[in-house]
Amino acid sequence: MTAQIIPSDDAPGAREARVIYFIDRVLTTFDRDKQPAYAQGLKDLQHKTVEMFPGTNKFSSLASVQQIQLLTAIEKTDFFELVRVHTIVGYLSRPEYGGNHDQAGWKLIGFEDEMTFQPPFGYYDSEYKKDR
Amino acid sequence: MIKFEDKTAVDFVIVGAGGAGGVVAKELSTAGFQVVVLEQGPHLHEEDFTHDELKHKDIWIPPFLGQDALTNDHSLQPNTFRKTASEKAEPAAFAQYGRCVGGGTVHFTGNYWRFHEVDFVERTRWGAIEGTGFADWPITYADLEPYYTKAEWDLGISGLAGANPFDPPRSKPYPLPPMPIKSSGVLLERGARKLGWHPYPAPMAILSQPYQGRSACAHCGFCELYGCEWGAKSSTLASVIPLAEKTGRCEIRPNSYVRKISTAKNGHVDGVLYFDAHKQEHLQKAKAVVVCANGAETPRLLLMSKSNLYPQGLANSNGVVGKFFMVDRGSFALGTFEHPLNEFKSVQVTRVVQDFYDSDPKRGFYGGGGIDARFNFYPIGFALAGLPPDTPRWGAGYKKALKQNYNRTVTVLTHTTCLPLESNTVSLDPEAKDAWGLPALRFTYKTHADDVKTLEFFTARSLELLDAAGCVQKWAYPNGDTSAAVHLLGTCRMGNDPKTSVVDKHHRAHDVPNLFIVDGSSFVTSGRNQPTCTIQALAYRAADQITRLAKAGEIASG
Repeated sequence: MTAQIIPSDDAPGAREARVIYFIDRVLTTFDRDKQPAYAQGLKDLQHKTVEMFPGTNKFSSLASVQQIQLLTAIEKTDFFELVRVHTIVGYLSRPEYGGNHDQAGWKLIGFEDEMTFQPPFGYYDSEYKKDR
Repeated sequence: MIKFEDKTAVDFVIVGAGGAGGVVAKELSTAGFQVVVLEQGPHLHEEDFTHDELKHKDIWIPPFLGQDALTNDHSLQPNTFRKTASEKAEPAAFAQYGRCVGGGTVHFTGNYWRFHEVDFVERTRWGAIEGTGFADWPITYADLEPYYTKAEWDLGISGLAGANPFDPPRSKPYPLPPMPIKSSGVLLERGARKLGWHPYPAPMAILSQPYQGRSACAHCGFCELYGCEWGAKSSTLASVIPLAEKTGRCEIRPNSYVRKISTAKNGHVDGVLYFDAHKQEHLQKAKAVVVCANGAETPRLLLMSKSNLYPQGLANSNGVVGKFFMVDRGSFALGTFEHPLNEFKSVQVTRVVQDFYDSDPKRGFYGGGGIDARFNFYPIGFALAGLPPDTPRWGAGYKKALKQNYNRTVTVLTHTTCLPLESNTVSLDPEAKDAWGLPALRFTYKTHADDVKTLEFFTARSLELLDAAGCVQKWAYPNGDTSAAVHLLGTCRMGNDPKTSVVDKHHRAHDVPNLFIVDGSSFVTSGRNQPTCTIQALAYRAADQITRLAKAGEIASG
């Protein structure tokens, strides 16, 4: 699921950022009260897989296009929203929490984690300096 | 560090070590008085602060860690909320305020706007507004000007005097030059100039150069909502509280939660009852008490300090405590631009516009405000709430938008007036309790129609500004009622008439000669909702008044 929420292309997605390590970690630490929601949600996902794609019993064995079809069908559910938020948070939180491996998420968006920067900071203020 | 005995009556107990309390503590201890400052929250330092988004309370992020030490924790101190007194208040995470030594000045963005002359006399200028308690202040801008200057020089403010044509007169320039401009500032300046407005360098409580032994800002970018790891943000924690401690006459006592101000038989206050970190109760005796606990906690404490002498709560014989509650209002518009802005670097705000500060009868409603451009998102918050409204919420399209927009988005935030309504209140919830068994804060707040019209006006100006700056795409958040509040104001308003106000113009409670109240609760009108500068100027002025009264023997205790 996480790999469909933030897919891999020429830049690392949730898979390479090791978002599932982050989710494992939060579910055993500060978000442990979400464990039952995951247990139930994954069971429902399994049923939905069988219902939409008879003959398959695992979400992970579906083709990517089928996975997207299935997730689109459940994207309004609380479980999907929970996984979506956890995936995004895991992709962009400090690597110490287990996700954002090798700062993959930060690199994608262009965020740098530093204690000091020097002006000019961005495109428009570097142009501004040149004007003066 | 000095430690006072509970049983020894110190000259002053100050409740709350925030933007106001820190200033009053430094001023009174420097003037020679013994001072104990009781602060609900912990005493943190630079090394305790981080860049960790999961540890900070951000309105955009679900509360994951719940260990935010900088602001109040609703799981321990719940709020209830309703729009009108006829409704039953329901549990809500309504108010957010600093809860540590330094208070809100630890996590604030650092915007440091003086009020204008008109802010103190708007009732006279504009006339009555039906259904509101719109009133003049008992002091003028000229009364407060020396203290604005004192605050700027004592705390360390960066800015450029004379750059804003709407600025009120000032007796001295800023002590430090403005912060270097960022791309958001350049875009605001470009758009504003095109529209004929007057952008100017933002006055910020952040050091652009080393000052009084403190380091200059290193532009790490984590100001708004975060504690400064460099001590470059001019919080009272980094600036005046260490000076207060250095006098040897001021004890900052953190993790001390005051539940009641005690009174002697003669009606004067004589100390405060508080819980320590282990929930053990203590009575700190004092000759006088200064309450600086913020616009919500201050009226709550007064209302909790009921006694036979004061059955309606302390300083509340007229029933005004907790009324005329005002909150931060402002509109919120976003735009994306062609080139990378790298807004994650440096302070949030570098340019401001105040062309629409004054109310204008031609608009047909009361209200005014100021405009800034910033990027008030950190990575997670942005990924959850900062993308254009038509963006897919997951998948390849979502990832593409995230990559494209994080470094190309600017927020135009405005800061607008909030009318004082007698029916908007802070009170004690009759049922809900906090983790100490004390009554929870109950908020009653409904937005006045003129405040909504003002927000709509500023949304329109913000979108114009984004267009003029050359944005690629723009959108705005809807305006209306609010379900969350910061900058809590007005609940112990100042005034000359003891029937209609809580404190006099010296911040002394009309009912109790040795009780002083100075913080956002003293405000009569909201200004343009960047209140910290005025809260601190009031604190400097109040400390002067208190010192004068104390030295003249005019503060008798019980």
